[in-house]
Amino acid sequence: MNISDNLLSEDEKAIFALRSLYRQHGFQQYRMNKFEEYDLYAGNKDYLMSEGVITFTDTNGKLMALKPDVTLSIIKNCRDQTEGMEKVYYNENVYRVSKRTRTFKEIMQVGLECIGSVDDYAVYEVLMLAAQSLAAISPDYVLDISELDVVSSVIGALGLGEDDEKAVLKCLGEKNLHGVTEICEGRDTDAGALDALGRMISASGDPKKTIAELQGLPGAENYSAALSRLGCIISLLDEPALAGHIRIDFSVINDMNYYNGIVFSGFVDGIPSGILSGGQYDRLMHRMGRRSEAIGFAVYLDSLEYLRTQTDGGDDIDIVLLYEEGSDMQRLRDTREQLRDEGKQVLVTKSLPEALRYKQLYHLKKSGVVTLG
Amino acid sequence: MADMLNIALPKGRLGEKVYGMFESAGYAATASEESGRKLIVENQAAGTRFFWVKPSDVAIYVERGAADIGVAGKDILLEYEPDIYELLDLRTGNCRMAVAARKNFRDDTRQTLRVATKFSNIAARYYLSKGRSIDIIHLNGSIELAPIIGLSDVIVDIVETGRTLRENGLEVVDTIVPISARLISNKSSYKFKSRAIDGIVADISKFTEAEA
Repeated sequence: MNISDNLLSEDEKAIFALRSLYRQHGFQQYRMNKFEEYDLYAGNKDYLMSEGVITFTDTNGKLMALKPDVTLSIIKNCRDQTEGMEKVYYNENVYRVSKRTRTFKEIMQVGLECIGSVDDYAVYEVLMLAAQSLAAISPDYVLDISELDVVSSVIGALGLGEDDEKAVLKCLGEKNLHGVTEICEGRDTDAGALDALGRMISASGDPKKTIAELQGLPGAENYSAALSRLGCIISLLDEPALAGHIRIDFSVINDMNYYNGIVFSGFVDGIPSGILSGGQYDRLMHRMGRRSEAIGFAVYLDSLEYLRTQTDGGDDIDIVLLYEEGSDMQRLRDTREQLRDEGKQVLVTKSLPEALRYKQLYHLKKSGVVTLG
Repeated sequence: MADMLNIALPKGRLGEKVYGMFESAGYAATASEESGRKLIVENQAAGTRFFWVKPSDVAIYVERGAADIGVAGKDILLEYEPDIYELLDLRTGNCRMAVAARKNFRDDTRQTLRVATKFSNIAARYYLSKGRSIDIIHLNGSIELAPIIGLSDVIVDIVETGRTLRENGLEVVDTIVPISARLISNKSSYKFKSRAIDGIVADISKFTEAEA
């Protein structure tokens, strides 16, 4: 059966495109149950993006949850390995409290996870697939990449207390340079680290230029290994199709209790918030008692509604075929078939639905077919 | 038209003052474009479009992408924690978020402290950091009335000159955080309009320094 592209919604088109993309790179689909034991989430509440979890008691008395997250389930069920790599993708609904509406929302999520030994190639491949995932949704996209080891090294070098470090990290996420200055004012902070942090906040552009700039700063030896690794991965991403779409932006700061190394975030023009989020999460693996390293990302397809709103405006149907009491049923059937053979969408009805947008209206009277407009 | 930068400003005195900064920097609408009682004004040459909304709504317009950038008080940003970039402290609209109580108030730590406020999240975080048990009474206006008639022990509110407090027999007992207007940006807009937004930040910051 051929399915016309215009029958698919933006998120359905994205799902097909992304599944095909991940399969082309050898990722296997990971299917899972809608439910998971609540204990899995209770121990990792901070990792979840939403506070609320929908729970219910199963027939055997166990407290169950409607999945608010996919990654934890995959970690739980994947083989724990320090060599080799398991590559999976998923296409699942998750149930979370929306930050905006403060109510539960069902969110279609597509993503992938690599679990095992994460080397530079694995990081490159995940970043490349993240960029291609965004490109499959819109040609106007940006993939922002950050390196948490660089971030924590520079913030650590400031010489602040734990609370102030957290406040500085928040400011970095907001690109809030004046906030950092305010926190450090009157403190005996390391001037070199403060300068590096200032440059990190204002840097959002050419990856090579940004890396070279940071490498030249005093104190760079503290994070040079992480920066070199970032540079190596960026050079692998240096291909014409990705030019201008990949940027270094240190304001991407996923929770450092779970993430380490490379983290990233994807944006599409026309959608006001990030649509893709991911990174390396060895710390989460270790918290869950696993030795494996891991990296992955998720694409939040509910945001695609913004694109639909912008492009929608066409007709609901090609043709409305009206008939009346006494119309020739045989003729009605043949007319509908003829129009369908011409590739038209046809609604056969006795009365015109209110607010329906159509291209043409046909009226089958006893005398024959009449085009009304 | 699609490349116009949408700018949400707070209605009222602060909005007028901030619009003056944009005017000085050459981004405001020309006299002919500004004429009448338009809700939206544009400067086609500068690529800017301004609209005025309720001060507490600016962050929502920006977070949702209806405005690319906007100006919001730090109080609103702390209370609602919108997912935006805070690019510049405009150093205007200066005031402070403070705890106030009736004169000679003494905090009895054996009892839960009743706190009346419009800023429930800020108050909750502040007292959590102090380990003080509180009962938040969320009010939408006339906060100063609460301790006078015994609805609360203290209030958490914005204090500019302190005159309203004094007139009602109240005084500041603690300052939580200084407040001023901030230039904020939608995260996605910043990715695709960074040149225009950075240009505005650079130009406006010259007038900000003059304010300080």
